[in-house]
Parts: sequence; C-alpha cells; structure tokens
Amino acid sequence: MSVRSASGPAISARDLTRRFGKLVAVDHVSLDIPRATIYGFLGPNGSGKSTTIRMLCGLLRPSEGECTVLGHPVPREAEQLRMKIGYMTQRFSLWEDLTVQENLDFIGRIFGLDGQVRAARIAERLRQYHLEDRREQRAGTMSGGQKQRLALAAATLHEPELLLLDEPTSAVDPQSRRDFWESLFELVDRGTTILVSTHYMDEAERCHGLAILDRGRLVAEGSPRQLMDAIDAVVIEIEADDVRAARHAIDGQEYVKSVAQLGNRLHALLDPQRRDPEGSIRALLEQQGVQGKVERVRASLEDVFVAATRFSADDDAAPGGRAVA
Amino acid sequence: MIMSRILAIATKEIRQLRRDRLTFGMIVGIPLLQMLLFGYAINFDVRGLSAGVVDEARTSMSRALVADMQASGVVRVREYAASVGDLRRSLRAGEVSIGVYIPADFERRRLVGNRPLAQLLVDGSEPTIENIARAFVAMPLPARAGIYGTGQQVFEVRTEYNPEKRTSVQIVPALIGVILTMTMTMFTAVAIVRERERGNLELLITTPASPLELMLGKLVPYVFIGLIQTTLVLLLGVLLFHVPINGSLWAFYLAALLFIAATLTLGLIASTLAETQMQAFQMSIFVLLPSILLSGFVFPFDGMPQVARWIAQLLPLTHFVELVRGIVLRGAGLAELQIPIYKLLAFTAVALTVVTLRFHKRLD
Repeated sequence: MSVRSASGPAISARDLTRRFGKLVAVDHVSLDIPRATIYGFLGPNGSGKSTTIRMLCGLLRPSEGECTVLGHPVPREAEQLRMKIGYMTQRFSLWEDLTVQENLDFIGRIFGLDGQVRAARIAERLRQYHLEDRREQRAGTMSGGQKQRLALAAATLHEPELLLLDEPTSAVDPQSRRDFWESLFELVDRGTTILVSTHYMDEAERCHGLAILDRGRLVAEGSPRQLMDAIDAVVIEIEADDVRAARHAIDGQEYVKSVAQLGNRLHALLDPQRRDPEGSIRALLEQQGVQGKVERVRASLEDVFVAATRFSADDDAAPGGRAVA
Repeated sequence: MIMSRILAIATKEIRQLRRDRLTFGMIVGIPLLQMLLFGYAINFDVRGLSAGVVDEARTSMSRALVADMQASGVVRVREYAASVGDLRRSLRAGEVSIGVYIPADFERRRLVGNRPLAQLLVDGSEPTIENIARAFVAMPLPARAGIYGTGQQVFEVRTEYNPEKRTSVQIVPALIGVILTMTMTMFTAVAIVRERERGNLELLITTPASPLELMLGKLVPYVFIGLIQTTLVLLLGVLLFHVPINGSLWAFYLAALLFIAATLTLGLIASTLAETQMQAFQMSIFVLLPSILLSGFVFPFDGMPQVARWIAQLLPLTHFVELVRGIVLRGAGLAELQIPIYKLLAFTAVALTVVTLRFHKRLD
C-alpha cells in the first residue's frame, strides 16, 4: 500500500466540538496528525477520546468545528472514506457466534475483496496475527488478546491508509499488548497512519505524537519527549524512613501540586514559580523533624499527565464534560 | 447496490441463525404451537369439562341421564354432591366448572313434559364455559327407545354453537398470516437490534455497505424462513384440519411471498425504533394484536367502526387474509385479487423507503 505520496496531514481538526445535551463531550479540539505516524489520545475515561474518534470516522456529527480526514471533509464525505480507513471499536464488535475464518471472510466480502485476493489476504492476516490455529474457532470463545488480534486483522484486511483504534488494549494482558504494539509499528513502516486512544502511560510513550485529553479538552500536545521536557512543574522525589510523616509535613502547601507515594519514596509535583523548590521542601521536613533525602528528577509521562489533567481541573471549578466513553 | 455484498450479509445471517438455537426453535415451534392452539381451541368442542352432580331423584332414569352426559365426552363428573349448596361451593372454589342438578320430581317432570327435566349450574364468570353449558342444554342426549320424549329437536342449537368444520377451514389459511406477522416482524426487528446491542452495528456502519444493502442482506434469509413456515402451517392445515386448497398453489405462494416481504419491512421499521431486543419484542406484539383483531381474521369487518377499518387497511395481514381466503377457499385467481396484491406491494415499498431514510450510518 504505502501511500506516503499524498500530501497534508492524515487528520486535521479545527475546534471540533460535540455536545450531548448540556454535556460537552469534546470541547474545541484542534489538531493535525501527520501521515505514517502513531498518534495517541491519552486521557481518563470520559475525556472525550471515543467521541473524537467517532467524529473523525463520521459516526457522530460534530456540534461545532470541522475535520478533514485523508483529504475528505467529514462527515460530508464520510462514505468516500470507508475504503480508506479501518476502525477498531472499543468493544469487540465482530460476531462472537462466527468463527475467525467466517468473520474475516465476511469483512473481506463487505469491503469488496474478490475471491482470490480475499483468500490470500485472510491467510496473510491469520499468519501475521498468529490466528492460523484458531481459524475454525468461534470468536466468542477466544481470549481478550486473541479477540483483539482478530479485530486488528479485520480492521486491516482492506489495507486502509488510516487506522482508528479506540482503546484497543483495554482487555488484554501485558505480553499481548507488547505484541500488539509491534504489529502497529509494522503497519506504520508500511505507511499507515494510526490514531490510537489509551489510558496506559507505557502505550502513550510509544506514540510519535500525543494529545492529552481531559474532560473534552486538549490540555497538552506534542511528542512524549517534548511533553516531558516542557512540563509545567518541578518534579522531586523524597526518600524518607517515615514516609507518612514526610507526606504530612509537605501536604497542604499551596505550591505542592500533587504527591504520590512510591514504596518508601514520595513523588511530588511542585509549582515551577516557587524559588528553590528543593530547599523549601527540605526546610519543611526539618521543621517537622523528618529525616529525608530530597532530589530533583526528570518528569515522566505520568507526571505530564497529572500536571496537565489535575492542574487544569483546579483551574476551573465548574465540572466539565463527563462524556460517554 | 452490490449483489455480492447483500449475499455476504445474507450468508452471515444464515450462519448465525443456524447457531442460534432459540430462534431456530421458534421457526418451527411458533407455527406448530399456534396452529395447535388456534386450530383446536377455536374449532372443536370443549371436552372433559369437570362437573359436579346432585341427584335428588336417584332413579335409574336420572342415573342414565348422567351417564349419557358423560358418554358425550363434554363433561367428566368429578364429584357427587349431597345438596345444591355443596354444589355451589364446589363451583365457587373452582373445583368444578359446571353443576348438574336433578330434582326429586325428575320422573314426574319427564312424564308431564312441560318443564325442563334438570338444571345446569354454571360459573358465569367464564363466558366460554357459559356458552358451552348453554349449548349443552340444547345438545341431544343419545336417544334410547322409550326413555326420552322425541319432541326435543336440539340439533340446530348444537350446529349453531359448533359450526362443524367451516371455522377451521376459514381460520387456518388466515392463521398463516397471523403466524408470519408474529415471527417475521419479531425476527427481523430482533436481528438488527441485537447487532446494535452487541456493538456489531458500530463496525458495520463504518464499512462501505450501504443501508439498503444491509437491510436487504438481512431480509433474504427470513424470506426463506417465512416460506418454510408457510409450508409447515399449510401442511398441518391439510393434514389435521382437512383444509381444502381450491385455488392454485402458485398463487398461494406468491401471495405468501408478498406478505412476507411486507411483514419483514414492518420488522425493519420496528428495529429502527427499538433500542433493545426487549423493546423489539414488545413492538412486534404491538403490531400483532391489532393485526389479529382488525384484519378480519377473527371478527368480521361489518361490525367494526370506520376508524378500525381504516387502521385495518394499514395492516398487511388484512390484505393477506383477503388474498389467502380468496385463493385457498374460493379458488380465486390472482387476476381477481389485484387490489389486495397492489396494497401489499405499496405497503412494502413505502415501508422500505421509510426504513432506508430512517436508518443512517451514524450513531447519533
């Protein structure tokens, strides 16, 4: 396939908004997703990931704003897109009472693949996704990982230019998740653009580009590396014998934005405006007579996520959109 | 519209059907059950009605009367009560459905012949039983030489109650329509709503399949199922109820095919309205009830108010009943039945248009 030649971003959205009644599920999201990359939507449940993906493939109409997918304005030209995109729903949506072979055969026919091409393509996918032994097994009796491989096989059967994956690994064990991501990179190597939503940090870290969504809004965007470098917080770790006392000592300070315990350490995000943040923390601990080691560490993606979502949550007290997942 | 795509959807549907034991069972079970229930409940005497007897006469004649009643098979004597009061109590308790009271002056009444010989006590809350009992009063007891007077001509009353086989002959062909209304509407509505419930539809609508292809692909297997059911009911009708087929079998199947198409599209409309399989079931019942009551299947049009007749015109069953009675009973040809044929075709066309417009490839 390899359709690198086409110019412009694979997906481009401007002020994309979706309301369900009073609820704002997606709130003025603008983004550009370059071709042949893996782009991730990272966000908690209800942050608008699924709704955005559904708008991009024409399943939902935007309340406001516009988007262009592979050069087609959506939803107006959504039908022209059908052959070019593959969509994997959050919930397994192939037929549980059909076998692996029957499911793929059906999808192949629906996408208009002719007999020989279809047979060859199905054989290829079965091999690629290690489903050859399960050919005659009913989809409903397979494990989460197997179902997900089948869903990916079905979504890529017609060799789409763009794959939209809505939380593809939510019901899958870690090893299957690793294998799954390997297959995604293989697809990208061949020119496919992939948009994937997730709430796993390790998956988000594998993406070329990342958008962090929180209650319908895009709160941070960039490559994982860029996001970690540009974090709007100072990250420190405190190692103490009495971790709970240490926590008690620093809790309640307005410049301490978030504290999490990791074994016998505390991981804290501090306001970057604060002068000498490490010194301030040391002083606090001394005041309370807690022995501890304080050091500044590199921000992880999780820190970025916490900083982007929780801080902005503090900014506006009004409860925003809890979207339908 | 691509044929291969419709075929792909139809193939998938048949595969799933083969594995869905419940639906598969209903394909045969519903016609069988309905046929037996409707056929026998409407067409034959009620048998074995439990009866209580108070015999104050205690003569050989009174015993013969009771024995003859039993011999008719309509009643089965369950108890002999000591008094009318006891009999009433049994009736009230529901232990017996009918009471026979033979008074002490039974012999004298028989000889004088100007008053009824005995009394029947009936549970009036059960209209059907009351009817049966009234018929029983008029029913002839098998005559024995010299015992009963011959003046009582009760045969007319009995024929009025049980119009021998005419009813079953009228009911069975139309019953095909009732059964198809029930199963076709339900199967299609459920088939689509189930895909929505299980999330398959979200995938299907992101494929290049058009709404019309999706709909037609879904319908094809049910057309065959409808024809199988039609055949089954017709066979049962011929074998069990000796329904004569006076018209051409081809005309009959053509009428069935038109009707199946109409009810299937009706099911599709229900599927675009229902959110859950349960709602789809309820909607098919919602269609079924007026179909049974207003289509002319049970009640004649003559007694209906104008509004009911208009509603009846909107129900496919009305036109099918007209067609099928014409073909099967009167031996009419299709040329004489053009009007109901066109009405069925029009219904299907309009319904299919409505469905295709209503079914859009979106989730909102």
